[in-house]
Order: sequence, then structure tokens, then C-alpha cells
Amino acid sequence: MDELELDSAMLSRMLTSLTLGFHIIFATLGVGVPLLISLAEFIGIKRNDPYYTLLARRWTRGFVVTVAVGVVTGTAIGLQLSLLWPNFMQLAGQVISLPLFLETFAFFFEAIFLGIYLYTWDRFKKPIYHWIISIPVIIGSTLSAVFISTVNAFMNAPQGFTMVGGVLTDIEPLVAMFNPATPTKVGHVVMSAYLTSAMVLAAITAFSMLKGKRSIYYKKALKLTMTAGFIFAIGTAVIGDFSGKFLAEYQPEKLAAAEWHFETKENADLVVGGFLDRETEEVKYGLVLPNFLSILAHGNPNSEVMGLDQVSEDEIPPLFIHYLFDGMVGIGMFLAALTFFYMIALRTKRFNVENNWLLRLIVLAGPLSVLAIEFGWIFSEVGRQPWILWDILRTGHAATTSDSVGLMFILFLLLYIVLGTLCVTVLRKMFKTNPAENELEEITRTK
Amino acid sequence: MDIQLVGITVLWVFLYGYLITASIDFGAGFFAYYGELTGREHIINKIISRYLSPVWEVTNVFFVFFFVGLVGFFPDTAYYYGTALLVPGSIAIVLIAIRGSFYAFGNYGAKKSRVYTFLYGVTGLLIPASLSTALTLSEGGFIEEVNGEVIFLAGELFSSFYSWSVVLLAIVSVLFISAAFLTYYASRANDEPALELLRKYALFWSVPTILSSILVFVALQQHNPVHFEETLDYAWFFIASLFCFLIATYFIFNKKRYGTAFLFVMLQFFFAFFGYGISHLPWILYDYITIYSGYTNETTGVYLIVAFIAGLCLLVPSLILLMRLFLFDAEYVKGNKS
Repeated sequence: MDELELDSAMLSRMLTSLTLGFHIIFATLGVGVPLLISLAEFIGIKRNDPYYTLLARRWTRGFVVTVAVGVVTGTAIGLQLSLLWPNFMQLAGQVISLPLFLETFAFFFEAIFLGIYLYTWDRFKKPIYHWIISIPVIIGSTLSAVFISTVNAFMNAPQGFTMVGGVLTDIEPLVAMFNPATPTKVGHVVMSAYLTSAMVLAAITAFSMLKGKRSIYYKKALKLTMTAGFIFAIGTAVIGDFSGKFLAEYQPEKLAAAEWHFETKENADLVVGGFLDRETEEVKYGLVLPNFLSILAHGNPNSEVMGLDQVSEDEIPPLFIHYLFDGMVGIGMFLAALTFFYMIALRTKRFNVENNWLLRLIVLAGPLSVLAIEFGWIFSEVGRQPWILWDILRTGHAATTSDSVGLMFILFLLLYIVLGTLCVTVLRKMFKTNPAENELEEITRTK
Repeated sequence: MDIQLVGITVLWVFLYGYLITASIDFGAGFFAYYGELTGREHIINKIISRYLSPVWEVTNVFFVFFFVGLVGFFPDTAYYYGTALLVPGSIAIVLIAIRGSFYAFGNYGAKKSRVYTFLYGVTGLLIPASLSTALTLSEGGFIEEVNGEVIFLAGELFSSFYSWSVVLLAIVSVLFISAAFLTYYASRANDEPALELLRKYALFWSVPTILSSILVFVALQQHNPVHFEETLDYAWFFIASLFCFLIATYFIFNKKRYGTAFLFVMLQFFFAFFGYGISHLPWILYDYITIYSGYTNETTGVYLIVAFIAGLCLLVPSLILLMRLFLFDAEYVKGNKS
């Protein structure tokens, strides 16, 4: 397989994946956590409940550290786009620079108000004024995600230009931005970021509870994060279904590769997991769900789904993306089921929602939701191969010709190891030296 | 005015914004570290951290805005600079990443560490040095296109007198701008000991900024005589710059009007920066890209300008709010509000 040759194109892909894979964790939290902080602060003000206010304050303190890593790695990926993919940026930049530019505005807006939000907790007479500052932070961070997702959508469904002999004409930036992939891509990215942030905060809470911290503060935190998680999980699932239908229509080879669907046919079955025999194109030990692929693709069990037999050999994406797709969907379903079960237990009061086993599952859900984000992005990017700009520009032709990419890969790998380790250490230290119990005592005293 | 000229002016204004805000930030990092080394950290570090904590992210966005805008308006720059700058660009990214995140680790985290302050101080000098090389490259002679392949002549860059003179100017300017601003900030805070120390730093670095500017002119004459000739046509920019410098130093030396003094420092660099920029036109990369040849298509260009104006309507009031809360609110500056 010549794909695995470590030429500058392959190394550029590796370095981009490395930066994106690291950045996306912090970017995802950066989009979702402000929403949860704002929710907690709002409930705290409305119900005059100091526990929720404390929750908002403590989450904010941790958030500042992750946001810093998000900002610097975001700067890295922003520059790496030009450093590693100069040909792509020169060509696609003609069409898609508008949302990239808008993204920096959204980011700018967010940065200004985050700075204000962080340092004005006790500066306003009415606490609601401080809460209002959180709104532009949420708008800024979510819009950043929206704009940057339209760029990725454009890479999957490029439009808004005509290509004549390598030259772009009839350029329409808005048509390019609002391409067919945009609604599902944007919706999926934003909603899954909210979901992941809720689950990560829920997991941290559940972890503390398992360590024996069972005060009302933790109960309220769990209730808030799991309820929010339930709503976002449903939203993610619905948008995820639309994404499947988008793929069937616009990138059928990506769906076919993800589902190991070789033969174009009606009443197509969905295979979950399994092992592929590449010679015979047969799947062994997979869970077969009859007609489900037709439903996923077109919402109709009898519909025809295009198979890989319609795709020329050199345009078939790597088939391992099947596992990534299954992993992402599987985790999504697990999160939906877990939060649903929690909601039922909370309502019926028949089941103890602080049962250790449930808490353990919630702790597990945190890292799993981050893993699902990683699976989703790798699936989306690898599934577009061999194209960087679908059906227009091949990845191999877009990369830099520099010989130093390998060395830079090592440099950035070291950087991310250091940043990741320090980020975790600093966060742990921060909450250990100042446990919630200290601040809770103050609340009970003033009460 | 051509749309290309509008585009490059917008970008230049943002780069100027970055030059000022980042200089304050970079220099402050160095002074904080120097303060720790000489056992004076208690005098100035509070002032520094009170200003920097809410705004460091905003500083970073000025930079992101500039390079995203540059590639947007002039996509050819991605091709030439992108290919040539992989290694120096990556090193700059790593430095910026270390600086930004270590600042957060040190300031928002549990406790300060000497390593963080050290890295924070050192990167404050290394980042401007490495970023300034991008301007050096734009003078031509360091990037070559041979048979459709873009090559970066690193050896030429490292042995160039011009390149080193720019690095020197960048570092000295950072320290001068930063000290001048922090002097003003300390005076607002009525913090006498900090004011006295920072004022000394500002005066110490004042004359070297002028000397190193002159050095850059001498080096430019050798390196790119065409550009040097052009600068003479815009000589009044540089004379105005010198004039502003004299007013600023006069005020700082006589211990009065520190705010006006900093305003004149900003003007000093405004005139020098724009004089340099105008005389550099139409070239973005000498001999390869001009603002006309590297320009994106008309439609995208118009959209970018519209987006820019709309964005500015949002940003300017927000920035004013930020400054009112943390820069012009005397109580906050004095540390009575946190």
C-alpha cells in the first residue's frame, strides 16, 4: 500500500491530525462549558441558591485553564493550515476565507467577554449583570464552532465556484459557506460539544461522589449536568440521523465505506462491528440489522443504497473507518441511554440515583464522550480521503513540499505531551488545594 | 482607494494593534522575570498581573486575525510564506503556545513556579524576534522559487545583517513600549515604588529604540536599496515618529503626564510602522507577490470588507468596555476590585 509511505503529504496529514486531535478536546469544552456555567449561574440567581453560584464559579476556574490550551492550540492549527497545506489554502482560500475570517471575529468577541466575565464576579451591584456577560461568551464560542464547521462542510461538499483548467471562477462565498453539508455538520458539531461538556462535568461530579463527597452541592451538580446531558444526547442523536442521510445523498462512498457496504442494492442491511475479509468482501461476526442501512440512508427500508462497487478503486476511503463510525454511534447511544435512565430514576424516585454503579457508569461516560468526538472527527476526515476538497483537490497534491515535516511532528508531539500533562496536573492541584468543602462551609455559615 | 489597498490597510492596522498590545505583554513577561531575578518581584509583579490577566487572550486574537485575514485577502501568501516558513513558523507557534498556556498555569493555577516565570520571560523576547523575521523575509532575497518549488534560504537569513538589525529593533521596541505603558499603569494605581522602577526601565530603553531604528535603515539600504529609496519619499513619517518619541521621553523624564507620554509612544510606532508599510507597497513579498497579484477574487474581497466592517461595529464597543473596566477604572487598577 503506497498510502503508508511517509512522504511529506503523509507526514502533513499526521501532524494535522495530531494538532486537531489535541485541540478538539479543548475546543469542544470551550464551546460547551460556558453554556453550563451560564446555566448554573442563572439557576443560582433565580432560585437564590448559593450552591449553583458556587458551581458556576468553580467550573469557571477550571475552564480558564482549558481555554488557554484551547486558544494556543487553535492558533497552532490556524497557522498550520497555511504551513502544511499551502496549495490548499491558496486555492480554497479564494472561496472559503469568509467563514475563516468570521471565525476570528467570533473568537475575538468571546475572548473580550471571557476576560470581563472572569474578573467581574463581584463588581456589579446586581448579580444578573454578571450573568448577562456570559451570553456574549456563549454566542462567541458557539459561533466560532459554527463558522469553522462550515469550512469543514465545504471540504466535504464544495460548491459556490466553477473550476476551469485549475482556475476558479464565478465565486460565491455565501453559496460556498451554506453548502449541503453545512446544516448537519454544524448542528452535529455544536450539539455534540454541548453533550460532551455536560458529560465531562457530570463525570467529574460523579467521581467526587464516589470518593465519598455526597453533600447537596454534588447532588445539584449531578442533576444539572445529567439533565442537560439528556437533552443534548437526544439532540445529537436526531442530528446524527440527518447526517447519515446527508452522506447517502452527497458522499455515498463515505457511508458505504463506513458500513462496509459493497454491493448497491435495495433493503440494505446494517452491519455493526465484525471483521472484514477483503478478498471475498464478506463480513464475519458482525451484528446484522436487516434493512437498517436503507432506513439510515433514506428513511425507507426498501430504498436503494449505493455500494462501493460504484466507486473507482482509487477513490475508496480506508475501510477501517467502519469501527470509528460504530464507536461514535455506540457511545452516543450509551450516553442517551445512561442520561435517560438517570432521568427516569430521578422522576420515579424508585431507584437511588446515587447508586455506586450508576456513578461509575457516569464517570466512564466522561472520557467516552471525548473519545466519541475523536472518533467522529477521524471518521469524517479519513472518510473524505483521498480528497482534501471533495472531488476537486487530492490531499496528496495539497501538502507542503518541505522535508522538515517529520521533525516538526516530533516537536509538536512533545509540546502536546507537556501541555496535556501540565494541564491535568494544574487542574488537579487547583481543586485539591481548594476543595469545594472549604467554600461550602462559608455558604452554610452565611446562611 | 483600491479594494486591495483597503484590505492591506485593515490588516496593517490590526498588525499595529498586535504590535502595541503584544509588546506590552511580551515586555511585561521579561520585566516580571527580571524582577524575580533581582528580588524586586514584589514591587512590579502585582501591577503586571492585574493588567495582563484579563487581556492576554485578546492580544493573541489580534495576531490570529492578522494572519487569517492576510491569507484571506491574499491567498498567494499562504503558498509562498506557508511553504517557506514551516520551520520558523512552527517554532513561533510552540513559543506562543508555551507562553500562553504557562501564563494560565502559573496565574490561574494553584501556585506560581519559577519555571513558568522563566519561560514566560524568555518567550517574551524570543517571540518578537522570531515573528519579526516574517517582515525581514518580505524584503526579498530569502525566499526563492525554482522550477515551481518554493525554497527558504535559511542560511542567508541567519547571516544577514539586515535580519539581525530587525531582531534587535523588535526586542528593544518591545521593552520600551511595555515599560512606557506599565509606567502609566503604575501611576494610575498610585503605586510609587513600581512607578519609579518602571520609569527607569522606560528611560533605559528609550534611546536604544532610536539607535536600532537607524541601524535598520542602514541595513535596509544595503539589503534592498529600492525599498530604501522609497522610504526617503515618505521621510515625514519617520520624522513625525522621532518627534513623538522626543515628546514621550520628555514627559517620562520630567515625571509628568504618563498617559500622554504613552499615547506619544503609540504614535511614535504608528508613524514608523505605517511609514515602513507604505514605502513597502505594493510588495507583500518582494519580487513575488504584490497586493494586486496576490489578491483574492473581487467577490470574496468585497465580502471580506463587508464582514470586516460588520465585525468592527461589534468589536469596537466591546473593546471600549474591556478597557473601561480594566484600564480606565481607577479602582480596579489600584487593586480595590478583583
